[in-house]
Amino acid sequence: MTGLRYVYAVCRPFDAALQAQLTGVSGDPPRLLPHGGLVAVVSHVPEAEFSEGALRDHLEDLDWLTATARAHQQVVDALTAVTTPLPLRLATVFRDDSGVRVMLQEREADFRRTLDRLEGRVEWGVKVYVEAEPAEQARPERSAASAQSAPKPVSGRDYLRQRRRQTRATEDLWSRAEEFATGLHARLSGRADDARLHAPQNPRLSGAAGRNVLNAAYLVARDASEEFVEMVDRTKDDAPGIRVELTGPWAAYSFAGEAEGDRS
Amino acid sequence: MTTPSRLPDPYGQGQSANLADILERVLDKGVVIAGDIKINLLDIELLTIKLRLVVASVDKAKEMGIDWWESDPALSSRARHDELTRENAALRERLRELDPGRVPREAP
Repeated sequence: MTGLRYVYAVCRPFDAALQAQLTGVSGDPPRLLPHGGLVAVVSHVPEAEFSEGALRDHLEDLDWLTATARAHQQVVDALTAVTTPLPLRLATVFRDDSGVRVMLQEREADFRRTLDRLEGRVEWGVKVYVEAEPAEQARPERSAASAQSAPKPVSGRDYLRQRRRQTRATEDLWSRAEEFATGLHARLSGRADDARLHAPQNPRLSGAAGRNVLNAAYLVARDASEEFVEMVDRTKDDAPGIRVELTGPWAAYSFAGEAEGDRS
Repeated sequence: MTTPSRLPDPYGQGQSANLADILERVLDKGVVIAGDIKINLLDIELLTIKLRLVVASVDKAKEMGIDWWESDPALSSRARHDELTRENAALRERLRELDPGRVPREAP
């Protein structure tokens, strides 16, 4: 059984070795498939799992998807440590090596252009969360009744005063968060070569506390990354009730897509 | 350090990496290449609505009719304004119940 070829990324040739124990999706170690002046990073995957029908079914399976996504990311991550990879979307699969070579040849100009643009750069993710529970704002009567910290209102006027205070505090927090996120994004964009805004993450999947109000990616040169990270770190204590989360360095996933638009 | 140029230590990655962060990148970002096995990730029922929210870019989400953040007070100032107006009316109503003589019937 030779299996299918799963492609993780396209890079320029590099000398460094990948981590010895690195395994790709389905447990096969990734290998380099050079063609022309480019290298595809591939591993063998079983047809039983990655044929069209099987893949369609598997993608509906959150456990399978999670394991595959993590394995994909791990290989791309290992590449990021030694070179500037152009990460491909999950589940890019070919029948055999020659299919991969044909693809490298056909897209060579695109790949080179994008690799030049990304050379020596990585992606940093920055998210801003508001830590208050917005549900309180949505249901005034219930939240007032359930708020443990606030003393029980003794009169209607008391109740209203409390409510107004809460509303004002929540409103203040939101507008501060908006201002904070806008300012932070402007500052970080100024330090980055490029930036992308992504849709805010759903807390039910991310498991993160609070409400995600900014979800951005920044393309930053490797040697400017330390400074970028310090800049993000410095903002972390700036605003009570607002949390800043940094992830990275990632391969430049969010900035790898333009090759397609350029083609037309 | 074996990296070509120094990079700060990773933040929030490895085994502990947030699944949403990984999925939003590997499913929605990265270079799209038509391989021999053709799967359009957006065609997959996968990911149920909840998951799609996470992986969809804003434009794609709008294409799919998902625009919850536009009506979400946390994310849209217009929605927040509506929310405040609603709450204001609710408070006025409550005030009227508690102190009928002193509250004007009409909102200013």
